[in-house]
Amino acid sequence: MGDFPILLTIVLAPVIGALVILFIPEKDERLIKITAAIATFVSLVLSVYAYLVYDKTAGGFQFTQDFVWVERFGINLSLGVDGMSLPLVLLTAIVIFTGVFASWDMHSRVKEFFIFLLVLVAGVFGVFVSRDLFWFYLFFEVAVLPMYILIGVWGSTRKEYAAMKLTLYLLVGSAFALIGIIALYVYAKAQLGFGTFDIMTLGTVEFDEAFQKFAFFLMMIGFGFLVPMWPLHTWSPDGHVAAPTAVSMLHAGVLMKLGGYGLIRAGVFLFPLGAKYWAPLIAVLCIVNVVYGARVAMVQKDLKFVIGYSSVSHMGYVLLGIASLNYMSLDGAVAQMFAHGIMTALFFALVGNVYHKAHTREIAAFGGLAHQMPRVASGFLIGGLASLGLPGLNNFVAEALIFLGSWQVEKVLFGWLHFRVLSILAIFGVVITAIYVLRVVQRVFFGPRNPKWDHLTDARGVEMVPIVILIGVLVLFGIFPSLLIDTINVGVGPLVAKISAAAEIGGVF
Amino acid sequence: MINLAWLVPVLPAIAFVIIIFLTRRLQMVSALTSILAMAGSFIISLGIVFEVLAGPVTMDNPVELSARWLEVPGSVFIQAGVLIDPLSAVMLFVVTFIALLVMIYSIGYMKGEPGYSTFFAYLSLFSCSMLGLVVSNNYFQIFMFWELVGLCSYLLIGFYYHKDSASQANKKAFITNRYGDFGFMLGMFFLFLLFGTFNFRELAAVIPSYTNEALLTVVALLIFVGPIAKSAQFPLHVWLPDAMEGPTPVSALIHAATMVAAGVYLLARGFVLFESATTALIIIALIGGFSSIFAASIGLVQRDIKRILAFSTMSQLGYMVMAIGLGSITAGMFHLTTHAFFKALLFLGAGSVIHAVHTQDIFEMGGLSKKMKVTTWTFIIGSLALAGIFPLAGFWSKDEILLTAANAGEYFGIPILGPIFLILGLSVAFMTAFYMFRLIFVTFFGEEQPGSHAHESPAVMTVPLIILSVFAIFSGFIGTPFTPNGFAEWVYYGEPHHPHPNYGIMIMSTVVALAGIWLAWLIYGKRAISAEMLANRFSTIHRILYNKYYIDEIYLWLFDRVMLGIADACRWCDRKIVDGIADGFGDGIRAMGARMRFIQTGNMQNYALVIFVAVVIIALVLAVPVLGGI
Repeated sequence: MGDFPILLTIVLAPVIGALVILFIPEKDERLIKITAAIATFVSLVLSVYAYLVYDKTAGGFQFTQDFVWVERFGINLSLGVDGMSLPLVLLTAIVIFTGVFASWDMHSRVKEFFIFLLVLVAGVFGVFVSRDLFWFYLFFEVAVLPMYILIGVWGSTRKEYAAMKLTLYLLVGSAFALIGIIALYVYAKAQLGFGTFDIMTLGTVEFDEAFQKFAFFLMMIGFGFLVPMWPLHTWSPDGHVAAPTAVSMLHAGVLMKLGGYGLIRAGVFLFPLGAKYWAPLIAVLCIVNVVYGARVAMVQKDLKFVIGYSSVSHMGYVLLGIASLNYMSLDGAVAQMFAHGIMTALFFALVGNVYHKAHTREIAAFGGLAHQMPRVASGFLIGGLASLGLPGLNNFVAEALIFLGSWQVEKVLFGWLHFRVLSILAIFGVVITAIYVLRVVQRVFFGPRNPKWDHLTDARGVEMVPIVILIGVLVLFGIFPSLLIDTINVGVGPLVAKISAAAEIGGVF
Repeated sequence: MINLAWLVPVLPAIAFVIIIFLTRRLQMVSALTSILAMAGSFIISLGIVFEVLAGPVTMDNPVELSARWLEVPGSVFIQAGVLIDPLSAVMLFVVTFIALLVMIYSIGYMKGEPGYSTFFAYLSLFSCSMLGLVVSNNYFQIFMFWELVGLCSYLLIGFYYHKDSASQANKKAFITNRYGDFGFMLGMFFLFLLFGTFNFRELAAVIPSYTNEALLTVVALLIFVGPIAKSAQFPLHVWLPDAMEGPTPVSALIHAATMVAAGVYLLARGFVLFESATTALIIIALIGGFSSIFAASIGLVQRDIKRILAFSTMSQLGYMVMAIGLGSITAGMFHLTTHAFFKALLFLGAGSVIHAVHTQDIFEMGGLSKKMKVTTWTFIIGSLALAGIFPLAGFWSKDEILLTAANAGEYFGIPILGPIFLILGLSVAFMTAFYMFRLIFVTFFGEEQPGSHAHESPAVMTVPLIILSVFAIFSGFIGTPFTPNGFAEWVYYGEPHHPHPNYGIMIMSTVVALAGIWLAWLIYGKRAISAEMLANRFSTIHRILYNKYYIDEIYLWLFDRVMLGIADACRWCDRKIVDGIADGFGDGIRAMGARMRFIQTGNMQNYALVIFVAVVIIALVLAVPVLGGI
């Protein structure tokens, strides 16, 4: 494809789609949806293409493009992907493409809905393909704000509260990150003699220890809101529950990953010393995420809340991978972001399907739904199995790598708490996950046929698109994990080299 | 043929995919696809067995093929591999052979069931997972297939998902096994941490020279937690009896002959680790022995035909675990092999009975011997083999285990262990003979139930029974003390130990088995002793046994109180404390705003007053240095 601006097209395709939709009459819902599908399909095809042709032996950022933006401040629109961001671009493309199909049954204010959805996703793509921290931040804000409207207008269950809560939390988080970015800019300018937001250039600067501790803390809190790290997490289950299906899919599937990605890219990569210092804190909090999130999920009554809290629990694994700071664990963290994104999108697509037809998500109201909706039941079971880390599905590989990586850490926190104890607690999370997932599956889908739900129809036609694609991805990367891990290796490798080059310092605990 | 070994698990996987995506509506095509794939695997396995028996492939000189599966440079390298030695060859034969017969039997048994195709798809998926487990060349791979067989077990126990009992049972099975897998995973990670590899042969080369025996013991016991759950050993056995909710062919294949034996297989496969940790071995033997007698005692009083067999399976698995714990993988694997044949036979026989009478309570059956000749006679053969009657298969394998038990004192250097394990083994043999013949006298003899329309099952079901009973009779001869180049020369650890015939033990085991049968006949055949009178006289014991020592009740209580209690506490904390603080923060800001609002009255005079006061204060402050001293 030569000099074709692949990444720019990936970002702009949804925007162009949104612009086209502006000119389509409100009543022509079908055409609007088809336009959205085409726009996201373009992004998907290009993402897959980029994923396949990315040169793993060369590594580094590829498909790069630079546009000077504000020369005085060194702000450029520079695009590029490496082994770490490429899978996440692919993830975003898959989730939004399937999300459009999961919204096929949307009938209120369709036009506005898809416009905001496409703008949102353009922002998410932008974050993952930016090599410039300023644009990274800008795109992030573009991704957050439409969320407020999407939840506030099209949501359910305490939607105003949830929309406000989500937006406030995310903005507070991004404010921390912004302070960090500005501090970083100022510090680097003094060192380099010129101002730049370019991540790779910033990565060459030797930040002193005190500054690293300070800046990493800001990034940790800022992106910690997004991941979400306990106790900054409560916006996420509320947000998940209130959001309409496609938004939940994007939200849990992709938006939370911005946090993990930002924490690695703008945190660990730039401030390896700071990361080493704060890692014990992240490690302790992420165990709370994993165990506590899973426990809370166990006693929820609303299907979406179960999945919402399971996300809190699973993102804890990502944090554990980051906190362990070694090759396997960071590989696992990135892989887990990908895997969890696909899995949770699958869950939300299926729950959306059930909710749309049954108008309730209360677990106790269901039972025996496998009689009426066998395909939905199978899909949900597969999602559940992915969630509990069954081998053969992508999530297992990611979690196994995180566990293996964290198992190698020889740190002792507080002078008595061996890091391996944290790993053991995290691994015990898979038992708790099995309990709540299988309880939900059994209560909702198994048991005698309930005639009350005989009017429900099984997923069919376009409804099957997300189910089939998402399951296919889970299985493909589950059976052949090197397809994913080899790419991630290329991205994580330089990061690990940088971490091991940094001096050993004692952690905060 | 050995080069084709990777095809053995792959063929059923292909069948699974074909059935799920193409032939779901075509029931017979689905069944045939499954069976053809399985036949292919069986033929390859047979070829492998002959090649292994004839050729230079031995326990010390296995064939290994592998491909890269997952790699993190410099950190971990995980293979997808195949390891063929006599141990895996024997297992391949057992699994493919029984799976094939069970599939053929299922054509008849599952006739008319909705989900016929799905059933065969699941059976194929199970076969794939089980065979993948058997050929694994590393711990990571064996763990993956270990979980996948668990999945298939989950799917098949819950095959009748419309029944609440089935959907509870499969959940219980999966979660109980998850506890086991948790331990297994930790142990596996420890192994990787210590030795940097998952590969069995590489580990076997380095483990013996590792000196920290305490740590090895911990690792070995952690890995053993996996088999405790998978092979239904105390205290993680609770799922197996409930697993009988699945269709009977599934019980025969998965919950009797193959999957539950995977734990024993893992112990044999990783024996170098256990052997290096003597304390762990003794604990394994004790848990196996205890489970064995524990389950046998429960089996004495159960009424459900499948549950009796389930407890018998648990008991026999305990036997095998005990044998391996006592240092003889030969004895454990030999009993695994013979047991697979006769226990599959018994379950399929039970299925044939259930198919005919539509109940599982043995006291609602009776007098079936006249109407179901083939089923009756094959069932009796299976029971005799299980009870260990000369010269059937169970006699020889049980004899081998009892020999090992008698030598336990010598093996560990603790003389008292020998008699303990021998007495334990003989008591189990007695109980086994008793509960099996209790079942036979009540079910097949006794009085006919009024209005019974029992009839013999179709040939597609009885032919597998006949084939299996041939194996139940003769398969023991591969490993008798009188067989040259027998089982002990194929499957061994370290050096092959050809057993010397010990007539004392043979006589003792025959006597206790006959005594058990005789007692069952007195009570249930001749009715010289009233069963009810016994139950009343020992009512407390009877109740405890019948309720399985109340283990399930204890676990349920723990789950409801502890697990859900903590979960509720977490939810409360999340809503009231974490969210409370955040919302409180928001409310605080709002309240502050509400207060501040009163300043903005919009009244000119108020603003003027504030400005005036401010000016005065500023003036005073500025004036202080000029006017001096306050």
